[in-house]
Amino acid sequence: MSVSNTASPRGTESGRGVAPDTVRYNREVPDLGEPVFDVSGLSIYYGSNKAVRDVDMKVGPRQITAMIGPSGCGKSTVLRTLNRMNDLIPGARIEGRVTYHGEDLYAAEVDPIEVRRRIGMVFQKPNPFPKSIYDNVAYGPRINGVRGNMDDLVEETLTKAALWDEVKDKLKESAFALSGGQQQRLCIARTIAVNPEVILMDEPCSALDPIATLKIEDLMYELASEYTIVIVTHNMQQAARVSDRTAFFTAGVDEGGERYGSLVEFDETAKIFSKPADQRTEDYISGRFG
Amino acid sequence: MSTEAREAPQAPEDSQRGTLHSGRGRFADPVFKWIVAVCGTTVLIILALMVIRTTSEAWPVFAKEGFFGFLLGESWNPGGSRTEITGTYGAWPFIYGTMITSVIAIAIALPLSVMVAVYLTHLAPRRLAKPLSYTVELLAAVPSVIFGLWGLHWFLPNVLRPFFDGLEAVLGWFFLFEGPVRGVGYLPAGIVLGIMILPIMTAIIREVVAVQPVEQQMAAYALGSTRWEVITKVILPASFSGIVAAAMLGLGRALGETIAVLMLIGGSQSWGASLFGTGSSMASHIAATFGESSPESRIALMAIGVALFLVTMIVNILARVIVWRLGQITGDAAV
Repeated sequence: MSVSNTASPRGTESGRGVAPDTVRYNREVPDLGEPVFDVSGLSIYYGSNKAVRDVDMKVGPRQITAMIGPSGCGKSTVLRTLNRMNDLIPGARIEGRVTYHGEDLYAAEVDPIEVRRRIGMVFQKPNPFPKSIYDNVAYGPRINGVRGNMDDLVEETLTKAALWDEVKDKLKESAFALSGGQQQRLCIARTIAVNPEVILMDEPCSALDPIATLKIEDLMYELASEYTIVIVTHNMQQAARVSDRTAFFTAGVDEGGERYGSLVEFDETAKIFSKPADQRTEDYISGRFG
Repeated sequence: MSTEAREAPQAPEDSQRGTLHSGRGRFADPVFKWIVAVCGTTVLIILALMVIRTTSEAWPVFAKEGFFGFLLGESWNPGGSRTEITGTYGAWPFIYGTMITSVIAIAIALPLSVMVAVYLTHLAPRRLAKPLSYTVELLAAVPSVIFGLWGLHWFLPNVLRPFFDGLEAVLGWFFLFEGPVRGVGYLPAGIVLGIMILPIMTAIIREVVAVQPVEQQMAAYALGSTRWEVITKVILPASFSGIVAAAMLGLGRALGETIAVLMLIGGSQSWGASLFGTGSSMASHIAATFGESSPESRIALMAIGVALFLVTMIVNILARVIVWRLGQITGDAAV
């Protein structure tokens, strides 16, 4: 069964000065505007280990921001500070400031539960609940006490996630009966069912085959008109294909021999992939590193 | 890899190469398969022999009382004959005693063990969780006679008796809590049984809860779930089949428990609905009267054994049906 992705315009010419085969979507890079996230001087500790150091970046509204870099560069860790998922790891704490629409995400009076309801997350491995497809989508609205017609909400959400046509006849079946790519789209549906403003994606395609990956990318592109998306990926082509802005992280070792991650460069994706300002970025994207 | 190994391999002489049919695999695998198969079948044969043997020995009692007459008859008056069945044998008082004590035990142990398991896996500080888990497992190994002694000599007079008196004073009008409070009886036997099966149930449920995939819990947190919602809506439903399995194991132990029940249930051969009443369970009655029984009543005790076996089987089958029905929805194959 085909997925409805007809609306996504695929670029045929080099729109950003990137190698033509990496460009699929032609779109103007939107302004940063009033940034949704403003990260400044962010360092993240696990216990006494300062795992990520001095990150400054901004995430603009209704656009796709990618974080790329080699393993251990801290990109996923930074992502998890944006919806306070790091709180769940014992011993994790941050220094610096992360604001969400100008409000300090780590202020004492901020409730992480409320933060996560507005800032959803999709994980590396598709992780549906061991429930029916319907109940997976309905989980979030139910715990958040959403009133109204749940059937309509489920249909609308699954349609948005480009999954409705494939599952409409088996909503009561277990989510585990779906393929990996379908499961991941179900997880995206589950996330947007609570109507978040932001979707964080932590290497959402790394467990998927190329076709399923393209479907997710199409879906991300669709969703970017409505949601702010931050994606961590180790697939540079993916970052080049879908994102508007890219943050390049790298892993280093300090004088004490401790490994840490840090941000090298943050700019418009086209710029990162055509004329990066930093030599390390150029080495990485041209494959001389990692 | 050594350098010699890299040299162009020489085709070995025919004599060195040997044949392709050494025979080792042809004999070892089937032999192993047969040994395992024999072991497996032996279990079934022993079970079948036990069922057939006890049922056929108990047959005269079933023949005289009728199958349901035996199960539902309320009076137990053993005769002293060597050759025929002269007494009346109604096992209902013992069946009731077994069921009521087991139900009390599960009603206490199930919620407690789930809560303890959740505490140990998700809420306890890590320094506390380990020693506590070991303690729970240690408790599971305490012999039941010790639970019986402790229950009879300390727990009953010091904790349960005052509690029962209060319960009777407040709820005495309700048939389940009708006085008099005698001390020993169904309720203390059931409560001590509950405490007895708590550790093993907790140990199993803790294992099941601990291996629930973290990814699903993270997904729930990322949707704005509280810890309570993650536990009650994600972890516990996913652990359902394991929790039922633990309950079955606990129930199996409660149904068959002999000595602790014998010490606490009171030992009378009649029955009453009140939880404060005294009675006997099937197992405790067999143990209590087997020593000085006549040949005739020994046959009747055998019949109680058959009934106990039946009750246990039915409970187990019911549990499997429940797990299977719910498993169909969640796609959980662990039946």
